[in-house]
Amino acid sequence: MGMKSQVITAFTILTFSLTAAHAVEGDPVAGKQAVAVCQSCHQPDGSGMNIPGGESWPKLAGLNASYLYKQLLDIKEGTRKSPTMNPFVDMLNEQQLKDVAVYYSQLPPNEGKGGEKATDEQLARGEKLATDGDWNRYIVPCSSCHGSDNQGAGDHFPGIAGQHAGYIADQLRAWKSGKRDNDPQHLMLAIAERLDDEDIVAVSAWLSRQPAKPAK
Amino acid sequence: MDGLFTKSSLSLAVAAGVLSFTLQAANTEHRVPTNIPQPEEGQFVHVPPTMDDLEKSNLHPELKRVIRRGHDLFVNTQQLRGKNVFNGMNCSSCHLGEGRQPFSAPVWPAAVVLPNYRTKNDHVNSLEERIVGCFSFSMNGKPPEYGSDNMLALAAYHQWLAKGVPMYQSGKSMYGRGFPKLPEPEKGMSFERGKQIYEANCSICHAADGSGLVQNGEVVFPPLWGDTSYNWGAGISRNFTLSSFIKHNMPLGQPNSLTGQESWDVASYINSHERPQDPRYTGNVKETREKYLDTFHKYTNYGLEVNGKLLGDHDNLGGEKDFLKPDALRPRTFSAE
Repeated sequence: MGMKSQVITAFTILTFSLTAAHAVEGDPVAGKQAVAVCQSCHQPDGSGMNIPGGESWPKLAGLNASYLYKQLLDIKEGTRKSPTMNPFVDMLNEQQLKDVAVYYSQLPPNEGKGGEKATDEQLARGEKLATDGDWNRYIVPCSSCHGSDNQGAGDHFPGIAGQHAGYIADQLRAWKSGKRDNDPQHLMLAIAERLDDEDIVAVSAWLSRQPAKPAK
Repeated sequence: MDGLFTKSSLSLAVAAGVLSFTLQAANTEHRVPTNIPQPEEGQFVHVPPTMDDLEKSNLHPELKRVIRRGHDLFVNTQQLRGKNVFNGMNCSSCHLGEGRQPFSAPVWPAAVVLPNYRTKNDHVNSLEERIVGCFSFSMNGKPPEYGSDNMLALAAYHQWLAKGVPMYQSGKSMYGRGFPKLPEPEKGMSFERGKQIYEANCSICHAADGSGLVQNGEVVFPPLWGDTSYNWGAGISRNFTLSSFIKHNMPLGQPNSLTGQESWDVASYINSHERPQDPRYTGNVKETREKYLDTFHKYTNYGLEVNGKLLGDHDNLGGEKDFLKPDALRPRTFSAE
């Protein structure tokens, strides 16, 4: 087995380095310069802003860098529609988008807003959807992809715990209406379109009150 | 027993169940429909109770506590890692929706058809013994002791899910039971086609190398092959079982989105990779395949050569357990004395 474990070790190292090679190579120092254009909405600390009745600005601090970069690229290429974001991503080249993604991913997240006024009933409904789902309607729990604590899983499934309720709700509605359509394999669309508006309000409120992944 | 529960004897609860499944499938305006097959006439439909129903029930508080523990073990079996579980699986990895979901081998039928004869081990099995089988093969593990608290809890959870279902009705008449076998694939099964389908539909979660995703020591997406996946004796290492699981359940949230042909191809691709040894291993893979051929291995790729490599020809137990076959896995010669 000695030989075998060496092979496994070598394989693990190879796999690891391949994975690392896929990670976004960005410079957080350069990113700090480039984020000047982002800060008026996403704030210097990356905490964004929950705006009741308006377009909420997502919290970016602590999000996975590869996920952030893909979103920025999708907006630049038009596969994710965001009239608000368009002028800003157009000011940055691809390397700067990587730098910005890495910079924000390394900031410590603050708590999410927008769930303060949720009722106990709404929070219970939101928690159930997020952690158990509702299989009778084929709504799988958020945690099955976004990680057991909903703090994100891998490069494709962003942390949603501690995100602003207004932003989560906006996005779920955008999937339902077809306005947002850039999720891989439509994994999010499938679930979003099975949620009704009460589900959306409840799950967004509950998630916003959960702790986001602490920065490394 | 066959034919006892025909359409005319459907209870009110059963009718309500049909209604709920019908509603589920009625959302055809969705871009990602679920396309869950509807019950056929004469099938027994059971909608298992939920954990909310348990809380509202008038069962003894101590029994509720035991059932809650069973549910917790079922959805987070990883808490037994290193003790009873030696891979990255949970019960709910294959039995989706807390073991309640039709076409995802819902576990309530086990509580109403056992004890029964099983060809896999050629004797009459109790519910606990059936659970022992899952731990030994699918979890590549060492089952909780017969009669132990954890075994009691798991068995009680199964029985709770079967609440109200008559014992020993015809297995064939149960709607959504098991992983119903798909029609044979017209084009056979292809490793190459399976690989393409896997990379397009599965690898985002389960990774190109089948290892799934482990994050902060926690399994997020289960491994499909390799040391931390199910072993060569697991039911789902049979291509017909895995293809049906995939067709009816994967990608998660998008059941019935792949064709039958695609499901067979990707199942055979997944099951053409190496995994921990079958606990029934005799020391020779060809001999082991032959010994369990008719009852099991004629449906697996174990002991077959795939891409120039003989699958299962190794002593690898997965790297986490130090025994081949758990003691709980034993033959029975029934004596009436």
